[in-house]
Amino acid sequence: MSDVIIVGAGVVGAACAYYAARAGLDVTVLDRGPVAGGTTGAGEGNVLVSDKEPGPELDLAVLSSRLWRELAETSGGFEYEPKGGLVVAETPAIQERLVELAAEQGLPHDVVPAGGLRALEPHLAEGLAGGVHYPQDAQVQPMLAAARLLRHGADSFGHGALKLRLGVTVTGFVRSGDRVTGVRTDDGDMLAGAVVNAAGTWGGELAALAGVSLPVLPRRGFILVTEPLPEPLVRHKVYTAAYVTDVASDSAGLQTSAVVEGTPAGTVLIGASRERVGFDRTTSLPVLSRLAAQAVALFPALGAVRAIRSYCGFRPYCPDHLPVIGADPRAPGLHHACGHEGAGIGLAPATGHLLAQVLTGARPDLDLHPFRPDRFGSGEHR
Amino acid sequence: MTGPSPSPAIYDLAVVGGGPAGVAGALTAALRGLRVALVDSGARLGGQYFRHRGVPGEPPTEGFARFARQVRALTERAEVLTGRQVWAVTREDDGFTAHCLGGTAVRCRRLLIATGAHDRPLPFPGWDLPGVLTAGGAQALLKGQGVVAGDRVVVAGTGPFLLPVAAGLAAAGARIPGVYEANGGLGLARHPLLALGKAGEAARHLAAFARHRVPYRTRHAVVAAHGDRELEAVTVARLDRDWNVLDTRRVPCDTLATGYGFVPQIDLGVQLGCATRPDADGTPVLRADAAQRTTVPGVWAAGEPTGVGGRHLSELEGRIAGLSAAADHDDGPGPPELLLRRRARQRAFAAALLAAYPVKDGWRGWLRDDTLVCRCEEVPLARIREARDLGATDARSVKLLSRAGMGWCQGRICGHPVACLAGGDPAAPRRPIAQPVTLAALAELTLEEPHD
Repeated sequence: MSDVIIVGAGVVGAACAYYAARAGLDVTVLDRGPVAGGTTGAGEGNVLVSDKEPGPELDLAVLSSRLWRELAETSGGFEYEPKGGLVVAETPAIQERLVELAAEQGLPHDVVPAGGLRALEPHLAEGLAGGVHYPQDAQVQPMLAAARLLRHGADSFGHGALKLRLGVTVTGFVRSGDRVTGVRTDDGDMLAGAVVNAAGTWGGELAALAGVSLPVLPRRGFILVTEPLPEPLVRHKVYTAAYVTDVASDSAGLQTSAVVEGTPAGTVLIGASRERVGFDRTTSLPVLSRLAAQAVALFPALGAVRAIRSYCGFRPYCPDHLPVIGADPRAPGLHHACGHEGAGIGLAPATGHLLAQVLTGARPDLDLHPFRPDRFGSGEHR
Repeated sequence: MTGPSPSPAIYDLAVVGGGPAGVAGALTAALRGLRVALVDSGARLGGQYFRHRGVPGEPPTEGFARFARQVRALTERAEVLTGRQVWAVTREDDGFTAHCLGGTAVRCRRLLIATGAHDRPLPFPGWDLPGVLTAGGAQALLKGQGVVAGDRVVVAGTGPFLLPVAAGLAAAGARIPGVYEANGGLGLARHPLLALGKAGEAARHLAAFARHRVPYRTRHAVVAAHGDRELEAVTVARLDRDWNVLDTRRVPCDTLATGYGFVPQIDLGVQLGCATRPDADGTPVLRADAAQRTTVPGVWAAGEPTGVGGRHLSELEGRIAGLSAAADHDDGPGPPELLLRRRARQRAFAAALLAAYPVKDGWRGWLRDDTLVCRCEEVPLARIREARDLGATDARSVKLLSRAGMGWCQGRICGHPVACLAGGDPAAPRRPIAQPVTLAALAELTLEEPHD
């Protein structure tokens, strides 16, 4: 029997397991598939502070950004790149708004005038009004990050403290009265002092097995990948201001905004699209076409570069765009760490760290009230 | 390119692939009066099998005269668009559009996928040396360009395809130190080609081997290739039934042609959402009904994409698909029982062949830690093992953690071996972009979304 069972071996589950093991807990991680087989495996690996509105999510992002830096030093092996982010504005009005937002965020940043953009990104298109540079923005390889956190957690804090069970599907919960005391799986019952729902986009389904409602919905995104380039063409994570408003929007319809960045493998990743279409994996060529057009508008030299693949994933979307982190008072013993939408990679370490504090009875570094699982009320599925 | 540029009108049927299945399907439908377009990536029609230069005096491939007649008849009755690679197919309210590199878009009410198959190589130490090529590659050089791949050519792998490749090379003047068939097959005397009553074809290859003193060895394989900058020799191993190495010897050569069967190209079908099934050897193929219809209305498939079976079966399936598409267009008769019965017999034969020439697990023992499994991304076996150790339990997660299959060829070459190393059958490939396409071309697409 473990102290904690974590359901989900994506990056959030891995971070929860890592910090729980570090806090001295015996942890078992379950996943019905492989490590990083869900949304983590379809992510770009964003560790962003720049795209967050001031408030609880920004606080979480700032904490997480610091923790990723620490993890890169102590664990590593997941291509951590503190490359910085560059948000660009198409018009002077947008630039004005970007500068205001940066001031409200209170983050380290540099306002970049139109004439200074090319010094940061030599291949940017003409005619942009300026931008804001955020040195704290970084990138990780998300699949390796999840795998390495699990491995490092298992190796560093006493062998046997972190067990990974893959290919095991949770079918229900073991209860003792109201209390959740374990999980039922297709491989038998497993008992634990606490259970953590880190099932990402499938977190709502898992919560339903425990009889509690959690309105996590899939918000589909496509990413285009280019052929590897011999010389880096894009140095930072570069995106347009529209990305910030798209992220914050509630629309179910298709939204796209240009997000362009290079990777250590030499490829360029091009995002980002958002649409709520359920779990439909059918590739939408119109979406890919729009992503390509926006990227070429930002970096004209990309026009001659070939796309070799694309992939899609399902962001775990909550109606208020905030993740669900903490104990569920409706099902004592059950905790949640899911619903991070498109920011799960970036927010994973802070989520794991705070949840480990909850599990060990320590006072969390951040107020978890905005992330509480019962905040949605009933019947708020949209 | 041949034929005029495509008209903006919508075709009754568009066929992708100009091998035996595609040409038969297109011609059958055109003869019934459908407006047909056939799109092929090659400069000439023929696909992998009829890859001919048409040089006078060269011994023709079995069946080529018949194929050439079909092509002539087709060219008179349909739009034949060569030199165009389809990188995506999209669905619209009234049909489909095949998007070709270079910008051609072919609109159609019905689509026939006849995209054939490509070689399936297995990795082994040294397989990335210059001088090592696929059996199909060696065949293509010879048939397509009249180039003999080398002076001393070892042919190795599994399956009856090795026979014509070796015989062709020998006839063209290459010395063949050996043809190594990793399986026992059915024995030369009871060779499946003979079993089908095609004694002539097998006997001609064997006679060629005897004439050119080509040794043919079963339960043997090339398990390593050697050379500093280019191929100088190979290690040939005697194998047990599971392809574990029993003993080895070194055979000098400058070229190795190797192939372990074929992988059907089903990217376009998967793009459209056609259901797949595992073929007899576990390779994913498109599911097709008695009339060669896929599970997506309006989309047919014929030839290797519905199961590897060779050119006779491919042509038959193409004709059945053509008739079925025609019936869908004109409410006339569909494929007759006669054709369906012939197809059933040929499919039974194809299944027997796949069963007689499986890929056995012992090949994994030929690899060393530093043997590249994925050449595009330069992923050695050690990285695949590390990915499994980190929690990758299937081919997709092995790819995500090791980058195997993420490169230029998109796993066409390494997909099957990586799936085996990951411990499972290969899944249907998801290639929304079937061929690399520039971002500018992708950006310029004008598309309508289906309204359902």
